[in-house]
Amino acid sequence: MLVRKSTAVIKHQGPWVDILHRFARNKLAMVGVLILLILIITAVFAPWISPYPYDQMNTSRASERPSAEHWFGTDNFGRDILSRSMYGARVSLQVGLLAVALAVATGGILGAIAAFYGGSKDNLIMRFLDVIYAVPAVLLGIAIAATLGAGLRNLMIAIAVGNIPSYARVVRASVLTVKENEYIEASRGIGASDARIIFKHILPNAMAPIIVQATLGVAGAILACATLSYLGLGIQPPQPEWGSMLSSARQFIRQSPHMSIFPGVCIMLTVFALNVIGDGFRDAIDPRLKDY
Amino acid sequence: MGTLLEVRDLKKYFKTPKGLLHAVDGVSFKIEAGKTLGIVGESGCGKSTLGRIIVHLLENSGGQIIFDGKDISHPNKKELHELRKEMQMIFQDPYSSIDPRMRVKDIIGEPMIINKTFSSKAEYNKKVSSLMEIVGLSERVSESYPHELDGGRRQRIGVARALALNPKFIVCDEPVSALDVSIQAQILNLLQDLQKDMGFTYIFITHNLSVVKHISDEICVMYLGKMVEKSNVKELFQHQYHPYTKALLSAIPRPNIHRKIERIILKGELSSPINPKDACRFAPRCNYSEDKCFSQTPLIQEVMPDHFVACHFVKKINNLE
Amino acid sequence: MNDNILEIRNLRIQYKTRKGIVEAVNGIDLTIGKGETLGLVGETGAGKTTTALGILQLIPDPPGKIIEGEIFFDGTDLLKLSISDMRKIRGNSISMIFQDPMTALNPLMTVGNQIAEVIRLHDKLSAQDATVKSQQMLEKVGIPSERFNEYPHQFSGGMKQRVVIAIALACNPALLIADEPTTALDVTIQAQVLEIMNNLKNELNTSMILITHDLGIVAEICEKVAIMYAGEIIESGTAEDIFDRAKHPYTIGLFGAIPNLDEDTERLIPIAGLMPDPMALPVGCNFAVRCPRKMPECELGEIPTVHFSESHYIKCLLFKDMEQEVI
Repeated sequence: MLVRKSTAVIKHQGPWVDILHRFARNKLAMVGVLILLILIITAVFAPWISPYPYDQMNTSRASERPSAEHWFGTDNFGRDILSRSMYGARVSLQVGLLAVALAVATGGILGAIAAFYGGSKDNLIMRFLDVIYAVPAVLLGIAIAATLGAGLRNLMIAIAVGNIPSYARVVRASVLTVKENEYIEASRGIGASDARIIFKHILPNAMAPIIVQATLGVAGAILACATLSYLGLGIQPPQPEWGSMLSSARQFIRQSPHMSIFPGVCIMLTVFALNVIGDGFRDAIDPRLKDY
Repeated sequence: MGTLLEVRDLKKYFKTPKGLLHAVDGVSFKIEAGKTLGIVGESGCGKSTLGRIIVHLLENSGGQIIFDGKDISHPNKKELHELRKEMQMIFQDPYSSIDPRMRVKDIIGEPMIINKTFSSKAEYNKKVSSLMEIVGLSERVSESYPHELDGGRRQRIGVARALALNPKFIVCDEPVSALDVSIQAQILNLLQDLQKDMGFTYIFITHNLSVVKHISDEICVMYLGKMVEKSNVKELFQHQYHPYTKALLSAIPRPNIHRKIERIILKGELSSPINPKDACRFAPRCNYSEDKCFSQTPLIQEVMPDHFVACHFVKKINNLE
Repeated sequence: MNDNILEIRNLRIQYKTRKGIVEAVNGIDLTIGKGETLGLVGETGAGKTTTALGILQLIPDPPGKIIEGEIFFDGTDLLKLSISDMRKIRGNSISMIFQDPMTALNPLMTVGNQIAEVIRLHDKLSAQDATVKSQQMLEKVGIPSERFNEYPHQFSGGMKQRVVIAIALACNPALLIADEPTTALDVTIQAQVLEIMNNLKNELNTSMILITHDLGIVAEICEKVAIMYAGEIIESGTAEDIFDRAKHPYTIGLFGAIPNLDEDTERLIPIAGLMPDPMALPVGCNFAVRCPRKMPECELGEIPTVHFSESHYIKCLLFKDMEQEVI
């Protein structure tokens, strides 16, 4: 048998653990986390828990108001809106998370390189991104989606591209601050390569504002996804997506308002949850609140 | 022992919107192996820049650095890699000089990982433990993060990291100025003990004359990028010939209520040496300056044996003739 | 009896944080006579700045709170004053200089107007008179009055600190609290600023609390000294008491730890260990764990303050039998 060391094992908390502790004490943010968790579970398990297949039509029961059988009612083809909303969560969350991840990765690396090397590289990268920034994101999304054609992957790319400049800016600003620390110079002094300095020392210390921005960005991406789908550039029927559900419901808004309300509420809840989580992160990371 | 490091006419200029900043402007000195050279001066005198050029954290703009008999003024990538193992730096701020997201043992071991100086995990662990022991960090803190430790122990981490590659030469850039006096003494003693045991050669950069007196063998006083006076510590604290050194020494408040020294109050403030004219940089604040001081840069000359001063009127001011 | 401008009795200040209660100032007594300069000496975290902020009642609340104590300023207990009465005292009868001159000035206002603002706020002078007076103040701190209309960024660090001093002294305060006023400055500039402060203090007969960690500065301008450690004053007295007859092991340790310019010391004698965590202060003497002369009873109970002589107070059990009769 192994003999345990007599000294008590002290748990050492990294700065992130502290941040998470503070985050966990923010009630509103925890409500957000709860909502998001429910949405994610619903999305993942949609095939098993949805009461009906999302594309099962039943024209005899079209446009029914919410009832015991159809909690969210049915749409103009008689499809169950609850089931469609559940499946819709898959697309929306997937697009939201992946589009932002793509934008953060691309924008983050560009911003980090710009800030780390400075000078002409900085100018080249940032001016190029300014050009993208100058075009309204929705317009850019429409243009890209229209060029690449509809589909989940293209939708994500369309949304990601418009978001790259803002992440690049946040990362650049953050890296510029971190870069000034003596430990960056110290790691150069022990012979660390640029790549090691950027990935091991700068980025982990520059992450905080990016996480906040990204959390808030997911909500934006879901809205953008809904917008593009609403315009018919996103997901193609019959696959359900909150934005396209809203889009097809708009002609029935007077007769069957429930068709618009439920997907709308889904979008709203997701965006709300992500926003309070983002705010929670921001407050938790803010060092001024550290000790209280 | 012979000379370990020699710099000749070392220069560093920075481009600024207002012109060329002569941060270090023609500094020369030698350090013998196992000795400490103290570099003293106030903010903007170029002392930190000088230290950084020597360890190649900054590229020099001119002059020569000769280390262990080799010219290392402009090393290529491979030579630089080898040099990093020979010369290390200890930084001023124990809060910003270590990565807050790494554990103590990882910070200390990082130089070895980067330079692959170990052959087995066991060897690595052993070396990290022995480094921690050498600098007086208890094994207990090896898993800690820096924010859990006080300034003194953080600075010990910085010292251990500098020792990890077994360097010969270490530049200490104000290593104690951010620490409280009781802790400051601990770190100073540590640095002295290390030198005695392992024969390190130090450049010790500081604005604090009492600290530099305590730790150095030779002292070089800098003012706005120029070396103004240099001698061994005993001589320099007995006789200061340059008016700036005189004023600097007299300006230090001493913890003694009986020994009232006559204080030389300098007029004016430090400026920055941007596009400097051919003149003594101290002239505008000097109590002895004459026309010549404003039109000609004084050269450094040996006024007394092993005592160098850069002042046109050093003999006159000090009645040396 | 009252020649004292400030009397602090049993002041206790705490900060409530998530992790526990920080006992920043733990029952200190201090008196400062009119025109006197007191040096409040201690290391980081000793509670010097908290004490100063306590006097001005500028402790951020939450998390800070003055738990108990009395602060008599010219006979009135500041802790009993209303917020608006306290505001009248701040900047007028008591003013404070902070450590960092770089951030103490408003970058968008000319330095002259910043001085004039304080004068007008408290002295009810006309704009013109205030301008004249602030120009005089500038001259007094050694800045030509022509620079009245310049902005802070046109001044160097030492010059900015002079402006800060001018602002602090503009209303002829009875008490000036200077919190590490020269720490951010270079030595030759520090010498200039200290000289100005010393001259002005004598000229205006202002009492002063000088907070510093530098015993050299204390030796230079203070008549009285109080040494703080972990929220307590562990030794206080006249400058002679402290510099010639220091008794407390911590004070002695402090002197041993500074490299001395006038003598050659082979090796410094550091004080072993660290200051205790203010969230978990030990029972008995706070310095006991680091003390070279610790006795078993040091870690048992309250340590009394011993009146070693009329002016010299020591909080240490080593001297408990050496109490002098104080009349």
